[in-house]
Amino acid sequence: MNKPAIDVAYVAELARLELTDEEKAVFQPQLEDIVRYVEKISSVDVEGVPPTMHGRAIVNALREDEVRPSMPREEALANAPARTGDEFMLPKIVEGAES
Amino acid sequence: MNFENTIGLETHVQLKTRTKMFCGCLLKTGCEPNTNVCPVCLGYPGALPMINKEAVKLTVMSGLMLGCEINRHATFDRKNYFYPDMAKDYQISENGNPLCIGGGVTIETPNGPKTIRINHIHLEEDAAKINHYATTSGVDFNRGGTPLMEIVSEPDMASADEAIAYLTALKEMLVYAGVSDCNLEEGNMRSDVNISIRPVGETKLGTKVEIKNMNSFRGIHAALEYEARRQRECMAHSIPIVQETRRWDGEALETASMRSKENAHDYRYFPEPDLVPVALSEEQIEAWRALLPEQPKARRARMIEEYGIAEYDADVLSQHKANADYFEAAAKGLDKKIAKQLCNLFMSDVMALLNESGKAIGECAMRPEALRSLVTLAAKGTINGPTLKELLPEIFEKGGDPEAIVKERGLGAVSDASALEAFVDQAIAANPGPVADFKAGKKAAAGFFVGQVMKLSKGKADPKIVGPLVAKKLAAL
Ligand SMILES: [Zn+2]
Repeated sequence: MNKPAIDVAYVAELARLELTDEEKAVFQPQLEDIVRYVEKISSVDVEGVPPTMHGRAIVNALREDEVRPSMPREEALANAPARTGDEFMLPKIVEGAES
Repeated sequence: MNFENTIGLETHVQLKTRTKMFCGCLLKTGCEPNTNVCPVCLGYPGALPMINKEAVKLTVMSGLMLGCEINRHATFDRKNYFYPDMAKDYQISENGNPLCIGGGVTIETPNGPKTIRINHIHLEEDAAKINHYATTSGVDFNRGGTPLMEIVSEPDMASADEAIAYLTALKEMLVYAGVSDCNLEEGNMRSDVNISIRPVGETKLGTKVEIKNMNSFRGIHAALEYEARRQRECMAHSIPIVQETRRWDGEALETASMRSKENAHDYRYFPEPDLVPVALSEEQIEAWRALLPEQPKARRARMIEEYGIAEYDADVLSQHKANADYFEAAAKGLDKKIAKQLCNLFMSDVMALLNESGKAIGECAMRPEALRSLVTLAAKGTINGPTLKELLPEIFEKGGDPEAIVKERGLGAVSDASALEAFVDQAIAANPGPVADFKAGKKAAAGFFVGQVMKLSKGKADPKIVGPLVAKKLAAL
């Protein structure tokens, strides 16, 4: 058999998703089907066609460098699962371990 | 065996915009945590980013200064990674199609000038700041979304000295163009440094080690020297060099391996669907090119030519754009001889006043026109040297028009020959003792009479005129 189109365990790890072995076994063939389906598009000959980055052919949606009001801090922190002072709280991170 | 170093730098430079890269939140340091935030920079689902035109402009201007080719059709991508400093779980960056491509920076080395090639410059957003406490860590999103341009060099540097020369030249140009403050203490300019070694003559690159997020030139220099030594020692003892990220410990003065997770570098870039391409017209690029200032090197040469000042002075002046601008505003159109006097005064007395007061030239009350007028008054002999030195600190601190002050207080030098002669005669008549000394051959007594004349004129006589006059009168006795 060919190399699988997707490695679900690897992708789950990159996405920080914890999957049980049963779940991995269910998702692996399902996601392979999806990827193979999408891959059909690679069979189209696109020789000489520039890559399209966006569905609409517009460019330069730029904004001027003008300050707009930010949101109130209490509102910004309202959905934080936990806060430390006026910051979003995290578990203790060992500085410099990863970035 | 002899080894050579191969060093490359990726330098993140904070652009001088008022607002963030993709939202209108204010960019300012020292604000209360999480006060300059909005749904875009907090990464709320559905919030749409919008490109800050000023950030594009500043990046293109940097590219033009560094001789890059400007991409007429630049696009943004998502760089996917999970870390709490990036709420969206991806950073918007330019991966395949950056704004500026190629270019270079020329540095001076002991073997002559050398060009460090630039691979490309891309635009991206900064991550939020994580603060570390005793039992927790916290995220402040004020910095999140700051526009950064990343200048990626080719691995063209062969020593720590060359790396610092490159960074210094880069900083000088970017500050000059007003693109960034490049304030190292505030983290405006941070570099990821990579270094490998290979036997001299070998063309294949060695295994590289990366040291991330360095914000001091001294630290970068020390880290590179340390790594060059460590890698040579590994080679000498047949210890394989592993490709890894190491951390510089500024206290222990060594690099240490960082625990890095597997798969950490699989960023799975893909085009950012929320942003359309930036397509720059020739007219736009030329309009931005017209905003570029004269490059420091060219300015040095021109100042030497135009004002007749010494190479060293031109060098010192041009290192700080504000100083050079001030000097030129004051010296514009002056006779070369007076311009040179102005330069001397600026380099010694004005610089000393700046140092003492801790002020930048733009913060002192003295206008460039006032300095020009002061030096011109002295050059024409309207005021004497001591009066100049007396007035300078006062005008530096309080401002004002030197000409008006001189007139109002009657500080004008007495250069009228008959008035001065009268003072000399008066001094001679009143001091028969020193006159006798002089006649007896004590030539130093002449100095006494110059002092007397200065006193009689209340300090307004020009000692340079009084000296010869006294000598003439004494000789005629
Ligand atoms: Zn925002």
